[in-house]
Amino acid sequence: MRKKNLLIKATTAIIAASILLLAPLSVQASDGGYTYNYDWWGDVQESPDLYSVCRVFTSSELGLDVKLKNPQGLFVEGNFIYICDSGNNRIIKVERVSPEKLEVVDIIDSFKGAEPSTFSNPTDLAISEDGNIFIADQGNERILKLDKDLNYIMEFIKPTDNTLDPSLVFAPNKLTVDTAERVYCIASGINKGLVKYENDGTFSGFVGATPVKFDWTDYLWKKFASQEQRAKMESFVPTEYENIYMDQEGFIYATMPLKTDNDSRVADDENAVRKLNLMGNDILVHNGAWGVQGDLYKGSGGGYEGPSVFADVTVLDNDIYACLDQNRGRVFGYDDQGRLVFAFGGNGNMDGYFRRPSAIEHYGHELYVLDSIDCSITAFVPTQFGNLVYTAIEEFDKGHYEESGDAWQEVMNQNGNYDLAYIGIGRALLRQERYHESMKYFELKYDADNYSKAFKQYRKEWVEENIAIIVIVILALFLIPLGIGKFKALKYEIDTADIFNI
Amino acid sequence: MIAKLKQFQTPKEKYFDSLKFALYCMTHPMDGFWDLTHEKRGTYAAANTILFASLLVRILKLRYTSFLFLNVYWEDLNIFLYLASILFPLSLWVVGNWALTTLFDGKGRLGQVYMATCYAFIPYPLIQFPLMVFSNFVTVEEGAFYETLSAMTLIYAAILVVVAMGQIHEYSAGKNLLFTVATLFAMLVMIFILMVFFSMISQGVSYFISLAKEFMFRL
Repeated sequence: MRKKNLLIKATTAIIAASILLLAPLSVQASDGGYTYNYDWWGDVQESPDLYSVCRVFTSSELGLDVKLKNPQGLFVEGNFIYICDSGNNRIIKVERVSPEKLEVVDIIDSFKGAEPSTFSNPTDLAISEDGNIFIADQGNERILKLDKDLNYIMEFIKPTDNTLDPSLVFAPNKLTVDTAERVYCIASGINKGLVKYENDGTFSGFVGATPVKFDWTDYLWKKFASQEQRAKMESFVPTEYENIYMDQEGFIYATMPLKTDNDSRVADDENAVRKLNLMGNDILVHNGAWGVQGDLYKGSGGGYEGPSVFADVTVLDNDIYACLDQNRGRVFGYDDQGRLVFAFGGNGNMDGYFRRPSAIEHYGHELYVLDSIDCSITAFVPTQFGNLVYTAIEEFDKGHYEESGDAWQEVMNQNGNYDLAYIGIGRALLRQERYHESMKYFELKYDADNYSKAFKQYRKEWVEENIAIIVIVILALFLIPLGIGKFKALKYEIDTADIFNI
Repeated sequence: MIAKLKQFQTPKEKYFDSLKFALYCMTHPMDGFWDLTHEKRGTYAAANTILFASLLVRILKLRYTSFLFLNVYWEDLNIFLYLASILFPLSLWVVGNWALTTLFDGKGRLGQVYMATCYAFIPYPLIQFPLMVFSNFVTVEEGAFYETLSAMTLIYAAILVVVAMGQIHEYSAGKNLLFTVATLFAMLVMIFILMVFFSMISQGVSYFISLAKEFMFRL
């Protein structure tokens, strides 16, 4: 009997111990850290998912006979998604019935009216408001303009510009079209900015070249270097853009690779995204504590190193832009203030991870990511938490500050490590003229600019309310010493007056 | 009348007078630091008080300066290391300065160098404390006032230290500046020797530890 007891005790002890030992393991397995954010200090803060994978569409799921091969471009127009199946020289038109159901409508591999009438490595595509289709036909050195029935209208060829190397092969890579059907394009080997064509097909110049940056030490070295040394040194030229996207207001979002210094570091406030206006100037707002540059930690890990490389960008209707990092296979979302809203993903074979993502597009709040090696489209839909964040942002943009504040409050309840929620509540309170309360939220998340705005108003209010006391105190500070001095002088005069000394 | 006031009955009176004398040193550095040692106006108690006040203000600043100007990553803060950032250079300065000047006709003794240096710190607690309070009443745009004043405090204190050394050692201005630079150099040399010393010791210790481990393993 006693022995049996001992046995039971031993087994329970072993079970308890194994549960204790295994418990942290199982927690780790379930918590992959899929979505995260950076706080003011640049520390990684785990976050609830803002997006979850709805479905991954491979060639067989789309019902394609010929499998996708190295797809490069994605474009959403109305209910239709266009996929540039670059490796198979064709464009696939897919109808988005729901994020769970994509149906192939049309496979475009030729057009009418010009020779050659087929594509060669089409890398990108854009559709204007009038329904005309613009295709970067890279292998044929042209940009095609077709009408919606696939009849040839015109083509845009290598710009005639004296500064261009005559031997350069024109290879349009990415393009976008504005409302007036002007074409902006990134071409390989052209680093003077975006190639801009007027709607009649004439080349009208380069816009928005990336700023050239160099160290003054590099400059000094170059002064003293010999001809051969100079040739070996890195030349100070603008970098080529990676991709472009035109938002609904007609601003071009362009992504570019970040240049690292000798220690493979990037300045904290540098941006990998530029928002170009018509003049080609960068007007991106970046009020965040960190630059729009994706991952802050660029050291090697898991076989990847270097800064994030944004292969594509898409701008949602609420001005949140999602950038696709080709290096580590992640998606970074930034709001109109340049603050990180979400970061998720990674390299891998699981759903929601990528092997070599090449393009990102959005439909409403849904995100579609194209993977060029995996040859698949991943459909992401916002989670309940993601929708809450979007509600908060959109209500604020509409001017419904109270609703926005409530939504942010709920976001904060669900994720207390989310800096954006605190700043969101603060901004909502600021707009409601509740300055003192908003100051508290800004201070918690070190938002100096917004804090100062609120504090300035609060200080003004405080002074206006207490003006009587302030005046009395200041007067007292002047009058009391003055009075004491006068009194002492009078006393001295009385004490030393001659009449008393007689 | 002033000569009469200098007759102190109790050490307490002497202490408060010497503490008040720091204000005179601050506004009249040449005259003040001369009298500090030569007329015995300064006391070690007052010097320690000023040093303690400086350390206290330095710690208070962490908590009570507005976040617009100073953000503290509390998780990584080691308060002793933070205090050492004043105490360590101070002791290096005092020792280095005394060791050099004693070879070159410096009249100040080690204790006097320490006392004068501490007295020269007086602008730090005196200006930084009100500035700390002030920082909570400004916006980012007005922050330039805070930053300029804050920087000026340090420059002020540095000038006082240099002047104080010249006065207690009875040096001319040129010689004083020369020895200020030499002292800074001496501090670097001392840091270098300390680092060599500690790395040698740690390597020596680790040698014997690994020897012992190997020995235990073979047994």
